[in-house]
Amino acid sequence: MTNIADSNQAHSKTHWREYFGFSTDHKVIGVQYLVTSFIFFLIGGLLAMIVRAELLTPQLDVVNRSLYNGLFTMHGTIMIFLWIFPANLGLANYLVPLMIGARDMAFPKLNAIAFWQIPIVGILLLLSFFLPSGTAQAGWWSYPPVSIQNPSGHLINGEFVWLLAIAISGVSSIMGGVNFVTTIIQMRAPGMTYFKMPVYVWTIFSAQLLQLFCLPALTGAAIMLLFDLSFGTDFFSPFKNGDPIIYQHLFWFYSHPAVYVMALPAFGVFSEVIPAFARKPLFGYKVVAVSSFIIAIVGTFVWAHHMFASATPNWMRIFFMASTMLVAVPTGVKVFAWVATLWKGKLHLDTPMLFCLGGIVMFLFAGITGVMMASAPFDIHVNNTYFVVGHFHYVVFGTVTMAIYGGIYFWFPKITGRMYIESWGKIHFWLTFLGANLNFFPMHPVGLQGMLRRVSSYDPQYTGWNIVASLGAFLLGMSTLPFVANIISSWLRGHKVGNNPWLASGLEWTVSSPPPVENFAEIPIVTREPYDYGEQISRVNSDLHSI
Amino acid sequence: MKLFNIILLALFVIVIIIASNYLGQQAYNWLPTPAALEAQPVGDLFSFLVTLGSLVFLGVLGMLLYSIVSFRAAKGDKSDAQPIKGNLTLEIVWTVIPLILVIWITSYSYNIYQKMNILGNLPIVHLHNPLEESAYAAENPQASETIEVTARQWSWSFYYPSSNITSSQLHLPLNQRVKLLLKSEDVIHGFFVPNFRIKQDIVPNRTIELRLTANRIGKYQLEDSQFSGTYFSLMKADVYVDSLDTYSKWLTQAKNQKPTLETNLAAAEHKRYITDPAHFHWPTVVPAN
Repeated sequence: MTNIADSNQAHSKTHWREYFGFSTDHKVIGVQYLVTSFIFFLIGGLLAMIVRAELLTPQLDVVNRSLYNGLFTMHGTIMIFLWIFPANLGLANYLVPLMIGARDMAFPKLNAIAFWQIPIVGILLLLSFFLPSGTAQAGWWSYPPVSIQNPSGHLINGEFVWLLAIAISGVSSIMGGVNFVTTIIQMRAPGMTYFKMPVYVWTIFSAQLLQLFCLPALTGAAIMLLFDLSFGTDFFSPFKNGDPIIYQHLFWFYSHPAVYVMALPAFGVFSEVIPAFARKPLFGYKVVAVSSFIIAIVGTFVWAHHMFASATPNWMRIFFMASTMLVAVPTGVKVFAWVATLWKGKLHLDTPMLFCLGGIVMFLFAGITGVMMASAPFDIHVNNTYFVVGHFHYVVFGTVTMAIYGGIYFWFPKITGRMYIESWGKIHFWLTFLGANLNFFPMHPVGLQGMLRRVSSYDPQYTGWNIVASLGAFLLGMSTLPFVANIISSWLRGHKVGNNPWLASGLEWTVSSPPPVENFAEIPIVTREPYDYGEQISRVNSDLHSI
Repeated sequence: MKLFNIILLALFVIVIIIASNYLGQQAYNWLPTPAALEAQPVGDLFSFLVTLGSLVFLGVLGMLLYSIVSFRAAKGDKSDAQPIKGNLTLEIVWTVIPLILVIWITSYSYNIYQKMNILGNLPIVHLHNPLEESAYAAENPQASETIEVTARQWSWSFYYPSSNITSSQLHLPLNQRVKLLLKSEDVIHGFFVPNFRIKQDIVPNRTIELRLTANRIGKYQLEDSQFSGTYFSLMKADVYVDSLDTYSKWLTQAKNQKPTLETNLAAAEHKRYITDPAHFHWPTVVPAN
């Protein structure tokens, strides 16, 4: 149950020290998630810079082979489990209670426990660089038998630590799933029916339901792999009647829905920002809301498209080709809805809008290459090549990371009570958009030509595109600098704002910036439709710093 | 709609159709030179996917860019736009048309897959699954040569049972259907020749059959496509597609040769490292010779 605040507490400001401690306030936890995940984003990015430096030339000349394998394993693991998931959780944690008119999440203590597992996971993974056996070196998907060969013979090796970290991360995410689903079902304010919730809440709802249903498969697989690695079991040992392909099924049964867990909140951010900066309601709100659920459901039945070239029988390849193609339909519906929202709007191309527009364009490209790879005979050619790497980076960077940036800029004034510097934001956008396209587009032609993924050296015929990709990567690395400078200086000394600087719809904009500790002096009674732009509602941006 | 707008829209549609067709034709050039019968249908499929994909991409991008250019708010204007909430007809159209498109793509792809008929990990034959009919029925033409492909960390070897020779090179007869028996001695590897457009993961303790017909004389590269550990990037082998004449000459020559131990790239690099005192690396599986 949420805490009943006494009237003093409801209005006091959060002390900065709380951000470093065990706070149960969803807004503090949200910020903790965001800042922590961004630090890991920079670390994961640094690892990528080293990888791209190696791939600048065809030969091996920067790092040795085992370190390279460790680098890309850690890059993928950190970016997925310590950047995208927690960053999405940070925004969701901050926003969902506000958006549904609640004072906090359903289980505030569970919320804090879930957060504090994240730094533990990060520390475990980073420390593994210093183990005598090195880090895990079998990629973020860690297929047996190669992942459990353990050439060092030590009990505590990189793979062991990696599996432990994944298991802890899984527990943390399952806690989050329980919390968000309960909160959204049980704690909506009076009048806030499901079809009055902002689409962002719908996307978080669908994403967290996916976590609940599918994550146990991965956590279970990780534990079985750990036992095979360290305690002599043979679940996945091919020469002992075990089956390594079962691992692949268990792994992908979660890890495909995982990409929707990553992408759905990004779609949610687009659905909030576009209407606000087009001054127009979201086109087809109900359809967009329900499509989040449809994507989640259909997305649970597509996992074996990651295994088209594996030991899968023909019928399985055909089935999963059909189901994968199907998921394009509800996804496309969302893209069309965003474009239709822009149509005949009054567009303001501020930084949050730019990031969302750039994200939609890159997602359009990613979606199309995704449909291509859904076609099993084509995928057999490009599976395990850079074509796949290009596709998913257009999703995780070009769509999700751009959406996270857009969301951070959009809600920054709400979270901090201050406005960021708009001109630096625009610079950040253009550097990011240019860098991302330079970095990830070349991966498509080079993959079509046959360059494999996860390689530390390659045939000289692929050099040209790799140089472009590496230079794009370095630009992308640099592009984070104006963002960091902007956020830090604006947080400390930015221009103070009122409760609704964007004149946006949504309950979070009705309270002060930052919101009072318990969010609402009185729980609101919701009567309005979401995205009620153009309805002659007077939206006030009052200059109250705190109530 | 105004006449001018209708003409503009029509022009836009014509332009993107022309552009998509052009890109679809160019798509053949983005793939490596095809060297197997199986490669041609994949080229057609890719061209089809690029044409459709470009149409959708350019179409949606066009609408997006048009909106960004035409519907900018006037400076200082913070007022709302028209409250257009949706349009049922449009929703139905843009759900049904993509649905039709993906069903089309799925059935086209299914046909291509059957045409390729590469097999792979086969289910139990007597289940008589209707989807499998053509795949089995076309065990015709019969494979004229069987080659056992063995993958190990981190090199390939090829055994020709009919001639009892083992080679580190893969020689294939031109225009003959060949049956490859893929085996691994340790971890999962992947058999991939980009010019053939076929790929199959090799799972240890199983033999996976792959069939192909090479149709272009030349030298190609076999790579390990499934990450298999430290020196995985070096696990390559030369593939030669020979005329029937050259092929039988090679077989005879190999039979009469004494078997020699060939150093593979991975073993050679590993040897260099462990004798180099300045070189530090984490413990690794030792490459097979």
